[in-house]
Amino acid sequence: MGAGHAHVLYRERTSAVHRLPPEVKIAAMVVFTLAVVATPREAFWAFGGYLGLLLLVAAVSRVGLGWLASRSLIELPFVVFAFALPFLGTGEQVTWLGLELSVDGLYGGWNILAKGTLGVLASLLLAGTTTMRDLILGLDRLHCPQILTQIATFMLRYLDVLVGEARRMRVARISRGDDPRFLWQLRGFAAGVGALFLRAFERGERVYLAMVSRGYQGRMPGVWLATGAATTRHWLVAATVPLAATGIAAAAVVLG
Amino acid sequence: MENLAMHISNGIVNGPVAAAFGALALVALALCVFRSRQDLDDRLAPMAGLVAAFIFAVQMLNFPIFTGAVSGHLLGGALAAVLVGPWVGALCVAVVLIVQSLIFGDGGVAMLGLNITNMALIGVAVAYLLVALLLRILPRTVSGLAVTAFVASVLSVLVASQGFVLQYWLGGTTDVGNSIGGLAGTMAAAHLLIGVGEGLITATTVVTVAKVRPDLVYALRSLRPLSTAREFPVPGGAR
Repeated sequence: MGAGHAHVLYRERTSAVHRLPPEVKIAAMVVFTLAVVATPREAFWAFGGYLGLLLLVAAVSRVGLGWLASRSLIELPFVVFAFALPFLGTGEQVTWLGLELSVDGLYGGWNILAKGTLGVLASLLLAGTTTMRDLILGLDRLHCPQILTQIATFMLRYLDVLVGEARRMRVARISRGDDPRFLWQLRGFAAGVGALFLRAFERGERVYLAMVSRGYQGRMPGVWLATGAATTRHWLVAATVPLAATGIAAAAVVLG
Repeated sequence: MENLAMHISNGIVNGPVAAAFGALALVALALCVFRSRQDLDDRLAPMAGLVAAFIFAVQMLNFPIFTGAVSGHLLGGALAAVLVGPWVGALCVAVVLIVQSLIFGDGGVAMLGLNITNMALIGVAVAYLLVALLLRILPRTVSGLAVTAFVASVLSVLVASQGFVLQYWLGGTTDVGNSIGGLAGTMAAAHLLIGVGEGLITATTVVTVAKVRPDLVYALRSLRPLSTAREFPVPGGAR
C-alpha cells in the first residue's frame, strides 16, 4: 500500500530532465504539442525536426529508445484509422501498386500518424521522467483549480486500492473453486463489480479519514509545495525545446 | 474507421475547431468547479476520487466487438452522474481525461477540449438529465433504479459518440465526402454495443451501492429512500 508514488510508466533514472520541476515539464509538453498540431501537414521536414527534438530529450533523460518505441504502440487504434483514410477520402485519386488512393486521404492519414505519434512520444517523455506525486504538484503550481487536483490525488491513490481489492476478490474466488479463464472470467468479474466498488469505497473512506485526521485539508502539504519550485533558470532551460518547436512551426507556416 | 476509440488523438480534427471546443470545455469546467464547491463534502470527496479511479480503470478495458474490427471503451459518465452528481461527475471524467492525455498519450493534449466536451460534458449531462427524469417516473424500487442507470448509460454513450461525428463534420482534417452519414451510423452502432456493456456495469454497481449505502448515491439524496422488501419484518430478524 505504501508504494503509490510511482506509476507503471515512470522510469527511475537520474538525469537533468528528471530533476526539472514538474510544472515546467508540463508546460513545455503542452506548448510543444500545440506547435506540432498547428503545423501544416505538407511540411514534411518540420515533423522530422520535431522528432529530432524529442529524440534529443529522450537521450538526455536516458529513458531508452526501445522503451519509448514499445510504449508508443498505445496509439495503434488510431493508426488503423489513419490507414483507412486513403480509401475513404474523396477528390483526386492516385494509383499505387494497383490501389486507388485518395490524395487528400493520404495526406489526412499522414497527418494523424505524424501528429498522433509525436504527441504520444511527448507525453511518454513526460510520464517517464515525472512521478505521479510530482505531476499533481506541478498541476497545483500551475494554478489548476484545487478541486481538480484533489480529485486527481484521490484517483491516483484509489487506483491502487481498487487493484488491490480486485486481486483479493480474485484470490477469494479461486480459493473457493472458481477457475477463471479468459472469457469466463468476465462473468465472475461482472457479478462482483458492485461488491468491488463498495469494498474499495469503504477502504478508500478509511484512507481519507486517516488523511483528514493527520491534518489534510484538501491540498498536499505546504512543505512539498514550497520546496523545489521552478526558478527562472529552470523555465529558461525547459523553454528551449518548445521554443525550437514553435520556431519550426512558424517557419513551416510561412514557407508552406 | 470504427476503430476510433472515443479519445480523439492529435491531428484528427483541425486546429480552429479544436480551439473552439477547448474554450467551450474551459468555460463549462469553470462553471462545474464553481457549482461543485458546495457539493464536495467529507462524504463526496473520497467518492469522487473512487469514481474517477473506477472510470480510469474501466476506460483501460477496450471492448473488442465484431472480431476486433471495432473497438471502444466504457465512458463512465452515467456512473459519475448517479453517484456524485452532474458537477463533480463532469470534473471526475475531465480529470481522468487530463491525466490520460498528459501521461498515457491517450487522446491528444491539443484535442482535450473535444474529448472533454464529448465524454465529460455531453456524456454526464445527458446521463444526469435522464436519471433525474426517470427516477421521478419509474417506480421507486431496485429494478426501477437499475433500469434508470441502464437507460442513462446507453443513451449518454450514444449521444457522446455523435458529439464526435459533429466535431468531425465541423473540422475533420480529411474530407470523407458523403460518408459522414456512414460515420454517424458506424459510431452509433458500435457505441450502442458499448452502451449496453456500460449500462450493465453501471446498473450493477449503482444497485449494489444503493442497497448497502443509499446515503452515498447523489441522485437519491433529495428523493424518498428506495423501497425494498427488507423494510418488512422477516422471520429470524433482519439480516
